Amino acid sequence: MMQPGLYHILFISTALFFIGVYGFLTRKNLVTMLMSIELVLNSVNLNFIAFNKYLWPHKMDGLFFTLFIIAIAAAEAAVAIAIIINLYRSHNSINVENAEELKY
Amino acid sequence: MSDFIILMKSELVVTTIIFLLLFVKIGKGMRNEKLLPLIQVLLLINVLFSFVFNKEGSLFDGMFSTTSLIAFQKSILSLAVYLISLLCSVWLKRSEHLPEFFMLMLSALLGMFFMISSGNLLIFYLSLELSTIPVAAMANFDLQKRASSEGAMKMILSSAFSSGILLFGISLIYGTTGTILFSEIPGQLDGSPIQILAFVFLFTAFAFKLSVVPFHLWTADVYEGAPIATTSFLSVVSKGAVAFIFITALYKVFQPLEETWYLMLVILSIATMVIGNLFALRQKNIKRFLAFSSIAQVGFILVGISAGNEIGISSVVFFILVYVFSNLAAFGVADVISAASGKESIDDYKGLYKTNPFLSWIMTLALFSLAGIPPTAGFFGKLFLISAGAAKANYIYIIIVALNMIVSLYYYLIVVRAIFIDKNEQPIDKIAISKTVKLALIICGAGIILLGLLSWIYEHIQSLTV
Repeated sequence: MMQPGLYHILFISTALFFIGVYGFLTRKNLVTMLMSIELVLNSVNLNFIAFNKYLWPHKMDGLFFTLFIIAIAAAEAAVAIAIIINLYRSHNSINVENAEELKY
Repeated sequence: MSDFIILMKSELVVTTIIFLLLFVKIGKGMRNEKLLPLIQVLLLINVLFSFVFNKEGSLFDGMFSTTSLIAFQKSILSLAVYLISLLCSVWLKRSEHLPEFFMLMLSALLGMFFMISSGNLLIFYLSLELSTIPVAAMANFDLQKRASSEGAMKMILSSAFSSGILLFGISLIYGTTGTILFSEIPGQLDGSPIQILAFVFLFTAFAFKLSVVPFHLWTADVYEGAPIATTSFLSVVSKGAVAFIFITALYKVFQPLEETWYLMLVILSIATMVIGNLFALRQKNIKRFLAFSSIAQVGFILVGISAGNEIGISSVVFFILVYVFSNLAAFGVADVISAASGKESIDDYKGLYKTNPFLSWIMTLALFSLAGIPPTAGFFGKLFLISAGAAKANYIYIIIVALNMIVSLYYYLIVVRAIFIDKNEQPIDKIAISKTVKLALIICGAGIILLGLLSWIYEHIQSLTV
């Protein structure tokens, strides 16, 4: 059986990154946009782990970076969800197209 | 141990204030009238403390470092926070959650302190997040206002997205160089395409935080929706902090890629100035107007950064010091007027001089300084920025910058004309200004004039950069 190499994992993580960017730019629902951002962050995690394992196995920087990214992503999601809930209270919707008072 | 305390003293002071506020909150609680002066005194102590016991050195294997320039940058940021606490005292006193607001603001300030001092991409990323997540919560502080939550939503989504892009760039840097230390990265950079790609990602994230065109779209909406205390914090303190670390990143970490980033800076600064100016021309709301004018100012800051030498650093630090005073004065006057009369449109400012001469003079001084008219400090700030940018002898670029200054003069003068010349049947009534706000406005006005007259301040900054 073929062992997955660095390029396979980089391919997955890059694809995940651009899926996340695409989702962020096209989705209208705020929670889905938040999920797209999580996809981007997870692609970064994959990148760090892959680089750490295949290229720099003696430097643990990548592994530590991943742990911190997971924690920060949780904090960011918590604040974002709080803001979205507050937006829902005033707008009765979490669609970005309904939040359109501020323009140009 | 004593090294640890002295080198990190600004951070420790801010942390102490945060904990004090936390205890006030969970304890019996205090009335806003009593608590606000206490907070202002604490912030004043923070400012004064940032000038003493400064020592250079680094901690934790170079993860955290302090130089006298960094200490000076931290005092600029503390001063700006102190002025904001004075200027917005009317709004803050009415606020239901005063301690929380300052806890968020000081956490963001703490993040900025660590960000300026960081010597490692991990610390840099963590502190960048610490300095942006609380600001998004601050933007949502007018809980009942629809515009406030909309602005906060735009801010948190765009900042989370930009930090995702930043992280992807960092991961590629780590993959190609094998290190995340600022001091080790330059030796490993060879300009391969993947490193250029990583650099572009990092640059994009910085551009998001600095609201450089084409990543400026969130700025005006957040500025308009958020309460003015948050807006002034965003436009002065977080811009300043990101500009400082941007200089470190470009000059130290990405020094081998100088040709790449010079070209990027030239293109983006021209785009930022032109678009910021063109949008500022058509604004009717004073907050949106100031938002677009601050986007245009970022374009001028990029001109100074593009110099790539010590003069670039000192001119940017000096300009940000000037910008703190002038922008806070403009936002302060706008805040006083909108808190007292609820009016935020430029048309409402017509005939302001008849009823409120003091506010009119401060606003005029601030706008002249932002436009760069000689007796004020803004002129010298722009002069140093542009002469630093001319170091590369790219004169067409400098001519475009100078032409943009003329355009910006036009829209600043529109507001001045509305205040002094235009007739109005119903001008804004005479506003009673509280003593603290008046004090802050006078400090800002004095700062604008004195920074232009006293040359030793710039010489002091220049001596720090060498």
